[in-house]
Amino acid sequence: MSANSPVSSPAALRNMQEFMEGIWERNPVFVMVLGMCPTMAVTVSAMNSISMGLATTFVLAASCWLVSVMRHMIPKEVRIATYIVIIATFVTVVEYAIQAISLEMSEALGAYIELIVANCLVLGRAEAHAAKNPPMPAMLNATGMGLGFTVGLTMIGGVREILGNGTLLGISLFGPNFQPWVVMVLPPGGFFVMGSWLLLFAIYRARKDRNNAALAAQGASHGA
Amino acid sequence: MSATVEIRPAPHIKGPRSVEKIMLHVVYSLLPVCAFYIFQYGISALAMMLVAVAACLLTERWFITTGTQSGRLGDFSATITGLLLALTLPPGFPLWMGFVAGTIAIVLGKAIFGGIGHNIFNPALVGRAFAQAAFPTAIATYTPSFLPGRFTEFIPSSLAWPLMTPPDAALWLKEKHLDALAGATPLAKWKFEGILANAQDLLMSLSGHMAVGPSPLLILLCGAYLAFRRYMDWRIPTAILGSAAAVAWTLYAVNPGHYPSPFFMLFSGGLILGAVYMATDMVTSPVTPRGMWIYGALIGLLTVVIRYYGGLPEGVMYAILIGNAATPLIEQISQPTPFGKGGIGKPKRRGASYPLNPSYISREEAAAVTPKRQFLKNKPKRDSGSMS
Repeated sequence: MSANSPVSSPAALRNMQEFMEGIWERNPVFVMVLGMCPTMAVTVSAMNSISMGLATTFVLAASCWLVSVMRHMIPKEVRIATYIVIIATFVTVVEYAIQAISLEMSEALGAYIELIVANCLVLGRAEAHAAKNPPMPAMLNATGMGLGFTVGLTMIGGVREILGNGTLLGISLFGPNFQPWVVMVLPPGGFFVMGSWLLLFAIYRARKDRNNAALAAQGASHGA
Repeated sequence: MSATVEIRPAPHIKGPRSVEKIMLHVVYSLLPVCAFYIFQYGISALAMMLVAVAACLLTERWFITTGTQSGRLGDFSATITGLLLALTLPPGFPLWMGFVAGTIAIVLGKAIFGGIGHNIFNPALVGRAFAQAAFPTAIATYTPSFLPGRFTEFIPSSLAWPLMTPPDAALWLKEKHLDALAGATPLAKWKFEGILANAQDLLMSLSGHMAVGPSPLLILLCGAYLAFRRYMDWRIPTAILGSAAAVAWTLYAVNPGHYPSPFFMLFSGGLILGAVYMATDMVTSPVTPRGMWIYGALIGLLTVVIRYYGGLPEGVMYAILIGNAATPLIEQISQPTPFGKGGIGKPKRRGASYPLNPSYISREEAAAVTPKRQFLKNKPKRDSGSMS
């Protein structure tokens, strides 16, 4: 990923890596499997997923930035409580913002907006990354993680909306005769789709590992 | 070329039974059942079988070639999954939904756990449960058996376009002036209309136009062949049918007006098929003899309870799935006492020095549960500051 990116200076490269980490290499949904509560609960449609993902991205980026700025001031013993207060502040901001933008979406997402506070992805990033890094990389990393989370949610929500409702982002795909798959809009559907995506990624990884091993063997034989 | 030398402990005698052989015999024993089902419902049933088996085999092949699943196509396990799935679906079930169910059966029932021998749930029932949850209307729509012209004409809902709603079966029956015939299963009729079918008719499945699966008598005969050849353990079906009959009989004895007779319970729905072919799946049922009795009794009890008190008329599928989920726990509590360890006057399990799960009995790794001896008497003190 970093090999063919246009940036060249070491600092920019490092920033780029920080940003891309969450989108692909350590995707919160498919690799780290964090924040499963909203992943299962609100991914009924693609639009819900995008809104949830963007809300989480904002909370992540803002709270990681603030945690990183204050990392030398926070006493070690009360750091978790401090992070929670910081996160809760931004969650409140997001909650009011969503209510102001679209009351409909606010009702669709329901309590899961407030529950971003309890999303282990946010707390995990604050504890594992933001508390140990300067503001700029912390924020870049958090934004990347948030976007990776959004992509993951949208991949699950898109499949669930297409199969469960015959639409994508509200646009009908199959006409009026479509037979909806009832289970897809129910909670089990979230687990099924999530499991299927994980299976696909497992296949991809197995194939990549095999190819790498084959390449290495080839290289060894050529070298000898 | 180097000859492979296999070094392994005794016993050195190889048993003639292999996975392929067992599975092949299960397929053989299923063939009469399938033939009878096709005789009942005609080409719609045949097409459903072909589609379900094809879906299972294609999915299995894909996962085997990608290297994420063990096993191979030649072991016939996916064929059995497809056949059993087709036998549990209604005959007029849209073929595309059958394909989806077959694919899901292998993907979510088997491949996701790592292939044959690793699954915790019966794959066919996982596919059936998915279809039940995804298409509740289509899976509850039965058509009468022994319709005239069933060998030349498809039930129209079978041929629905992929992803599209199937046409109404009741309308089709009305067009053919057959709407006097029953379209609901005997269980659904009992549950929602209070009409009881005759147990003898159910046993044969030959008379009338009942919307039922293959004849329970035939399934029992085929199962008896399997049990006789020791390709299936007789304890599980016996325990399931015994416990279902006992529970149903108790309730019937208490209030005969409200509860149906135990024979109706046994021969209606998919209880016999589930007990003989699905609950006995070697991977997902306990290996200990005592565990098999517990497992069967649990499934029989759950079946009757779900049928009586649940919202759906049929409960065998969920009962077996719950039984599968409980299998590891049942194996834990039903470990046999090793030779020489039990006996009169000896404390049975207290202070036992042998591992709770010997590797030769349980599928669990012995190392996973055997407590490891601690060699470090004076453990180095942990730095309490860094670990919090």
